[in-house]
Amino acid sequence: MKTIMLGNEAVARGAYEAGVKLVSSYPGTPSTEITEEIAKFKEVSCEWAPNEKVGAEVAIGASIRGARAMTCMKHVGLNVSADPLFTAAYTGVNGGLVFCVADDPGMHSSQNEQDTRNHARSAKVPVLEPSDSAECKEFIKYAFDFSEKYDTPVILRLHTRVSHSRSIVEIEDPKPITLKDYAKDPAKYVMMPANAIKRHVVVEERTKTIAADSNDVNVGKHKVEMRDTKLGIITSGASYQYVRDGVPDASVLKLGLVWPLPMDLIRDFASKVDRLVVVEELDPFIENEIKAAGIKCEGKELFTMLGEYTAIMVRKALSDLPLPEAGIDTSSLPTPPGRPPVLCAGCPHKGLFLALNRLKVQVMGDIGCYTLGALPPMQAVDAVVCMGASVGMAHGFDKATDGADSRKTVGVIGDSTFLHSGITNLMNAVYNQSSITLIILDNSITGMTGHQQNPSTGKNIRLEDAPAVDLEGLCKSLGVASVRVVDPVDTFGAEKVIKEELEKNVVSVVIARRPCALIPTGRAKKGVEVSCDYDKCRSCGACGRIMCPALIMGEDKKPMIDAESCNNCGLCVNVCKFDALIKGEE
Amino acid sequence: MENFEASIVLAGVGGQGTLIAGKLLGILSLKLGLDVKVSEVHGMSQRGGSVITYVKIGKEVHSPIVEPGTADFVLSFEEVEAVRWASLLKKDGVMIVNSQKIKSLPVLLGAVQYPSDIKASLDNGAIGDTKIIEIDALGAALDCGTSKATNIVMLGALSKYFGIDDKVWQESIEEAFAAKPKTIPLNLEAFAKGKSLA
Repeated sequence: MKTIMLGNEAVARGAYEAGVKLVSSYPGTPSTEITEEIAKFKEVSCEWAPNEKVGAEVAIGASIRGARAMTCMKHVGLNVSADPLFTAAYTGVNGGLVFCVADDPGMHSSQNEQDTRNHARSAKVPVLEPSDSAECKEFIKYAFDFSEKYDTPVILRLHTRVSHSRSIVEIEDPKPITLKDYAKDPAKYVMMPANAIKRHVVVEERTKTIAADSNDVNVGKHKVEMRDTKLGIITSGASYQYVRDGVPDASVLKLGLVWPLPMDLIRDFASKVDRLVVVEELDPFIENEIKAAGIKCEGKELFTMLGEYTAIMVRKALSDLPLPEAGIDTSSLPTPPGRPPVLCAGCPHKGLFLALNRLKVQVMGDIGCYTLGALPPMQAVDAVVCMGASVGMAHGFDKATDGADSRKTVGVIGDSTFLHSGITNLMNAVYNQSSITLIILDNSITGMTGHQQNPSTGKNIRLEDAPAVDLEGLCKSLGVASVRVVDPVDTFGAEKVIKEELEKNVVSVVIARRPCALIPTGRAKKGVEVSCDYDKCRSCGACGRIMCPALIMGEDKKPMIDAESCNNCGLCVNVCKFDALIKGEE
Repeated sequence: MENFEASIVLAGVGGQGTLIAGKLLGILSLKLGLDVKVSEVHGMSQRGGSVITYVKIGKEVHSPIVEPGTADFVLSFEEVEAVRWASLLKKDGVMIVNSQKIKSLPVLLGAVQYPSDIKASLDNGAIGDTKIIEIDALGAALDCGTSKATNIVMLGALSKYFGIDDKVWQESIEEAFAAKPKTIPLNLEAFAKGKSLA
């Protein structure tokens, strides 16, 4: 049966058809939907892990036991799971083991633009790269076979445009889930020096074997498309699509396995074309490998290392073919007002960031919706680097100034991000006698990636009841001397508590607790919203400054409440000095 | 039908139903036996931001991205978004604009003005046989009973220029809303209204 699937759905379907037994992942755009879709197949053991390292390690365990296993993440998640990956490359597998890693050229939803292939080469793990949904399904199935055949973990490298594009997929029957026998084999699985030294030999030999075998297009899932031989292009993944539209007459070598590279096949293709160009987004990975092998080619002198490519970009760089003609002369159009992403109506982060803005503190931020606290009107965030970094950075500010900055610096981290990689950081701060104040924004969900459960929410990926981490108890057990809970909508109350904690010479944690406005527990009752007593309103504009999407400021600076989007949180009520705004009765 | 080709842009604001409209066009293409790619934006930009979905239909579709000057159709679900994505429309293409205005925060705060006379500016800028059509899709959807049908009104308007039989559209709507069968009559009505408005 033919159907249309998102690339990520096709990966999930393919893994299911391949008989995957276990999937453990941490959500991250653009990879999240893979694991969510797998969770729909009840026979697969499917979990949200607290971070990508845990997800990878669970998958490694299942693989050694003999099950087909998979872990999915965004590109930066591979940094977190690099440790298990690099040594799983040495142990090899029992059941097939696949890391699905989604890169984000153009940074639609990421903090950097790193290229997964560099990690793969360092880890000595082969990489397959699909270019549409049909290939997502085909390649993931193949990846499991490949993993078992060559006794290696395999990376399936995705891109935003492959993960988040829908295209046609042929549904096939699933292979039954089977469990291979497990036999104790310390020489293969216990990576202590004596064993690892021998396994490293196996790894280097394996890479050579795969590179040689991959010269067969069937093994490497490559496609050689000979057309006009004046121009030959080597490409893969999403870039292949831009090449086909941009220069339809060019000959193309489309690589499926992009590491290790099939150098004989490449040399043969190079010999058949007058000019060889590598078209690849991000780093000159294939290009440098080809050049190192002594094959002449062009690449990054024609194309950028930044962002996404397009068909027109390829056409402009490589041909004289006609360029599109615009239908509207845009020079005469008005400038459209910006429409940046915003914190939602009823978002609990808003009240907290307004408090931090008033306190004029330095804020070490973290990864999540609350990164938007860096934008107006809060503009409260000083630095954001990676998951969990807020805690360590705040501690660094404290130590760099011998404790002086701890009175005016806070770390801000979400519940899911704290569980991801904030706990060890907090332990470190306590152990090294910091006096930081950490604010945990506990909105009871992993918000930005589209509302995934985590170990503190009391539900698992299938929304079944699960044990919930007690955040206060956890912090206390790490030795945090002062743990307090505030309601962030009570922005002035939260401000007072944070101020008191900043004064203390110990590590403090303030938990700002209120569910995300987009999940059932955080949503107001239907038909209940804030109202305004216009006789009392003095047009002071205070409610407008909280930038709530549900408050529309009239010409007279009096607020109109958009009943449809108001969540009745009451933040505007709390900032109104004239009691003009009234919370709806729930 | 086998030579049918179209590049469509669905532009709007997070929550306006552009993703569902994109999915529906995917179903339609499958019914026509054609290749299709629908490219979506997820993640951070969805939070009340400007969102865009690309749909490309044809015998063999490669890149999922609709580039400047290549869209046969631009459907703007919000008026000012039509200005933001106007450069994507190709010469002699068709742009359908929902007259609904959703003010972004910079506008709500009074930092910038929401532009006036957008339709007139677009008409002024139109090159060759490029058509700009403005309809009150939200109003028509509300007439059918829910603002949520705005996306189907827009597709109804598109159908007038698309050259595909209404029957295929109707079957696609039935399939897209198969999980919520009660909404099918309403959506069919919204589709017909959109077509009559365009």
